[in-house]
Amino acid sequence: MTPGQNLFVIFFAAVFTNNILLTYFLGMCPFLGCSREVKTALGLGTAVIFVITCTSGLNWIVYEFFLRQGALTWLLGAGAETLDLTYLRFIIFIVVIAAFVQFVEIVIERVSLRLYYALGVFLPLITVNCAILGVSLFMVIRDYSFLSAVAYGFGSGVGWALAIVAMAGIRDRMKKANVPHGLEGPGITLIIAGIMALAFMGFSGIIKL
Amino acid sequence: MELLVAVSITCILSAVLAALVVLADAALLDYGECAIRVNGEKEIKVKGGGALLAALMDHKIFIPSACGGRGSCGLCKLKVLEGGGQVLPTEEPYLDEEELAGNVRLSCQIKVRNDIVVEVPEELLRVREFVTTVEGLTDLNYDTKHIRLKLNNGDEIRFTAGQYIQFNVPAYGGSREPVYRAYSIASPAKDVTHVDLVVRLVPNGICTTYVFDVLKQGDQVLINGPYGDFHLRDTDAEILFVAGGSGIAPILSMLHEMAEKGIDRKATFFYGAGTLRDLYLVEETKAFEESVPDFTFVPTLARPEDGWDGEAGLVTEVLDRHVADGKDKEAYLCGSPGMIDAVVEVLHGKGITDDRIFYDKFA
Repeated sequence: MTPGQNLFVIFFAAVFTNNILLTYFLGMCPFLGCSREVKTALGLGTAVIFVITCTSGLNWIVYEFFLRQGALTWLLGAGAETLDLTYLRFIIFIVVIAAFVQFVEIVIERVSLRLYYALGVFLPLITVNCAILGVSLFMVIRDYSFLSAVAYGFGSGVGWALAIVAMAGIRDRMKKANVPHGLEGPGITLIIAGIMALAFMGFSGIIKL
Repeated sequence: MELLVAVSITCILSAVLAALVVLADAALLDYGECAIRVNGEKEIKVKGGGALLAALMDHKIFIPSACGGRGSCGLCKLKVLEGGGQVLPTEEPYLDEEELAGNVRLSCQIKVRNDIVVEVPEELLRVREFVTTVEGLTDLNYDTKHIRLKLNNGDEIRFTAGQYIQFNVPAYGGSREPVYRAYSIASPAKDVTHVDLVVRLVPNGICTTYVFDVLKQGDQVLINGPYGDFHLRDTDAEILFVAGGSGIAPILSMLHEMAEKGIDRKATFFYGAGTLRDLYLVEETKAFEESVPDFTFVPTLARPEDGWDGEAGLVTEVLDRHVADGKDKEAYLCGSPGMIDAVVEVLHGKGITDDRIFYDKFA
């Protein structure tokens, strides 16, 4: 397989067979909370795609140059070859994500108010979206190259957005349905999420990560 | 050595990122000076970047807000004719279709980024700020205080019994920024130089903690008001007052008004509390049975102890027992949202329609 094909495989696997939301169940909170309307879901989904793609790239750089075993040799010389700061990844990754989201929010607010109203208001919500941290952590476990990491981040974001928009579409149709009283709201949404996850299992086996 | 490197790396990365965000904030989000035009007459100049509500407050235009600008009470509605931008998702839950069509917005959610044209109701322009001195600060029970404020320099506040004021909490240990909280006035409207408030301690509440831990007799307090359209309607209907806890405050003010004017409408006050130690101002309220022509006070305990010979049960149950039917009756309620909703349901069951139910919900 050429490297280009490999990226393609990673992207599609992240969208379908290894959907971050429906196979790993990461990012559930906004998935349940913001899936009432297709418009909102689309806004949040776009914001997640953008942030997840950028932060997986950023975190890859941070990991490669600061955290990986021996990564600090460029700074501290040969003595740092055994130094392994991988255990810091949780705290560092989340700090990078939070700062990036803040920064982007400020820039968007200044550059385009229209974009800010469409996207910016969702940005603070996704700082704590665990799918984003999850992607950065998986990328470390799977030992991706920079481009693979970005492709994986982009694919995961698209997968997450696809799932939430589909959910919003389903919930939109459910508005007229006669849901049993005790299941209204989060209850029926979780059941729908389960069925969607089953449906996505149909993709498994097509491509492997 | 390894530990040192780990700590330094974490610190350096965090510091660089924080610096980046701070720089971006300072460099990009500087909106310069913006003008806010109020009702087509007055124009005020403010520094851009802040919330519209705060900007108006700074210029002594007091818009009611019970939550202090967090977008959770929906009280700070204003007509924003120009420069407000798009309606935000944080505002939508508080605005109905008519308001959306009429450019009504939540002023706490609008950021001043450019010149803005707003319309402020005339009665709000009459709202003023008062400097007051704490004249009395007494414990009513273990978690509630009665505050008596005297207006400085012989200033006078004109309000209708049932209205509320906003209490300014200056920046202190519990809050970095000054905040405002709404409290109903318990004192008679006739006494224009004093404002009495009943404040119940909310654990970790910014204002209540301030009142309980910091405030002393003789302190200066800023208040602004009066606000609200909770007041006695001028009809002949029988009156049902229902309150729980510190919701007694506006009812007391209304009872003062009834005593003062000799209003002889039949009136009953159902006052609910949990246990005996939650009950306060009983003697004072009972005394109105002498001064108000046809008034009965019915304190009730949800969990009565031995020796209590008054009513027992939730205030809704007692109300249900006492009121046979809602014909020619008006209800005035003040208390927590949960209590109000439950009472309104009972009143509906008695045939009292919404146009004869008036309430003041704690937001």
